[in-house]
Amino acid sequence: MSLSLKKLAAVLAAGTGLFGLVDAPIAASGVEIHGAGSTFAAPLYEKWMAAFEAAQPSISLHYDAVGSGEGVARFRAGAADFGASDAPLPATDASTVDRGVVQVPSTAGMIVLAYNLPGVQGQLKLPQDVYVDIFLGKIRTWDDPRILEANTDLDLPSTNIALIGRRESSGTTYALTSHLAAVSPSWREEGPGVGKLVEWPNVAMLARGNEGVAAKIKLSEGSIGYVEYGFAKRLGLPAAALENKDGQYVVPSEDAGAAALAASAGHGLDEHGLDGLPASLTNPPGPHTYPIVTYSWLLLHERYPAAQAQAVASFVSWALEDGQR
Amino acid sequence: MSVQFVVPGSKSVSRPPSVAAYLVDRTFFFIAALGALIIIALVAYILWEIGGQALPAIRTSGAKFLINTGWDAQRGNFGILPQIWGTLYSSLLALAIGGFIGITIAIFLTQDFLPPRIAVIFRTLIEMLAAIPSVVFGLWGIFVVIPFVRPGANWLFEHAGFIPFFGSSLSGPGLLPAVIVLSIMILPTVAAISQDAIGLVPYKIKEAAYGMGATRWEAILKVIVPTASGGIFSALVLGFGRALGETMALAMLIGNSNQISLSLFSPANTLAALLASNFPEAAQPERQALMYAALVLLAITLVVNVFGTLILIWTSQKVAKA
Repeated sequence: MSLSLKKLAAVLAAGTGLFGLVDAPIAASGVEIHGAGSTFAAPLYEKWMAAFEAAQPSISLHYDAVGSGEGVARFRAGAADFGASDAPLPATDASTVDRGVVQVPSTAGMIVLAYNLPGVQGQLKLPQDVYVDIFLGKIRTWDDPRILEANTDLDLPSTNIALIGRRESSGTTYALTSHLAAVSPSWREEGPGVGKLVEWPNVAMLARGNEGVAAKIKLSEGSIGYVEYGFAKRLGLPAAALENKDGQYVVPSEDAGAAALAASAGHGLDEHGLDGLPASLTNPPGPHTYPIVTYSWLLLHERYPAAQAQAVASFVSWALEDGQR
Repeated sequence: MSVQFVVPGSKSVSRPPSVAAYLVDRTFFFIAALGALIIIALVAYILWEIGGQALPAIRTSGAKFLINTGWDAQRGNFGILPQIWGTLYSSLLALAIGGFIGITIAIFLTQDFLPPRIAVIFRTLIEMLAAIPSVVFGLWGIFVVIPFVRPGANWLFEHAGFIPFFGSSLSGPGLLPAVIVLSIMILPTVAAISQDAIGLVPYKIKEAAYGMGATRWEAILKVIVPTASGGIFSALVLGFGRALGETMALAMLIGNSNQISLSLFSPANTLAALLASNFPEAAQPERQALMYAALVLLAITLVVNVFGTLILIWTSQKVAKA
């Protein structure tokens, strides 16, 4: 499910001097490292941790998939040794963390609009203005003329669209709303705007975590919601083909996601700082580019107690090297 | 059996309590008084604590909190009108269904429709419903009730969608599955207390009704149930209170959507579900607003109970006069 980001990650991590710490030998005694945050990247982190613990039994790793917002809060409060967030920490916030912050992109993924329309055969296609209005609560039924226009081949029901949003502070929401704001002035100016926690229209059902949203989509007929690609795939939920910047409908796939990341590469995350996603990432150009992608960041402190520093550094460097395979 | 006469000057049968008896009596009194005081103190402390934490939210949003419809933790705008609506709407519907079935069961089990032994088995089975954990009811609702009612609900939406109650489609979680499960959950409370109330009606009243030529149904509906109406009414009030506060099953079934809709098929939200699902990760302004919402839920429950007690007193006076 993760797109290979090895190069970019390695470059950024090297730039932060993280690898300088790695050469030190690993402490033999048991060290516990706690992380918390993103549910978007949680399946990957859990896989990484299991593999890493198998290789380094002296280090035990724990991860709570509580959502990016809560992860950042725990990281700042010192309740977690590292945080994980799909939304980068703004420079102004980062400067207030006692032990300093290093942000390392660890993975990237697509946010798909997964839906549950039993009896509908074929691929649902959604133009940009249409899915913006679905999330604004303006398009309420599946047989809305604007949806039908793009899907003349589908037999869509007249039922209501059961919109599903995230309840808690979430990096996935941040990435989605960044994209919606980039393609729609009305989302930006009158709508909920960009944030990790936005006010969804009142018709939306709210669920917690990527897995909560995916489960609710699975449970509710006529529903649509946004989840990371892997969550939809695991539950066998179909995902809508979305219209991209070039006006093409793109089905989410690993290639389409990689194309989006390639389109945004070189538009320097560093030169824009981390105060927002670069425009190239919120609505990436290209004919085969999937329009909604995001990076997921690991938030690390600049300074750790000695034993922990080695453990964190060896885990992160392992993740960025071996983990990307 | 010998009769004891008390001769003046001889030893009296009655004597002052011994020191031990006196001590036991005093101790019992103090323990009982302490127990009662602790309960009052506990309620007061809970109110004080919740009220104290809600105070900043009460100061900033005031009465607007009760009529606003959004819940925006990002911007700090909170309102709980949809949740108040959802709480009352779902509880009233559940009370209508669960109350009707509960009273019917109570009549069926007490009025000699069944041999007494089988009636006891039935009664135990219904009371066992009260022992099922809420989360199991929630799961049952998701995997059994929703798929069961969905086709019928969507047929109604298609063919009778102009009626506001059927004005939206049922996608999965929504008011109807929540109400069905909720009415089953309050059923044991209503049935058990109503049975006791009907059982307390003196047998001679029933015999008198039959003696005057009443049929069985006339005796039940016009004599026995009105006589037991006070107890049946408190059963309904208790059932309603339980429905208002039910949390887990509703959080799983009602859809957690902050809308106000008459439609039985649209998702909604309740105060208790809002508290349960938003508390774990609420940060400061939201936490205060949630405390305010908890206070409102307490107030609603209190009003329902006081109102219920008043109606109970009023009806029992009316029955006594008649």
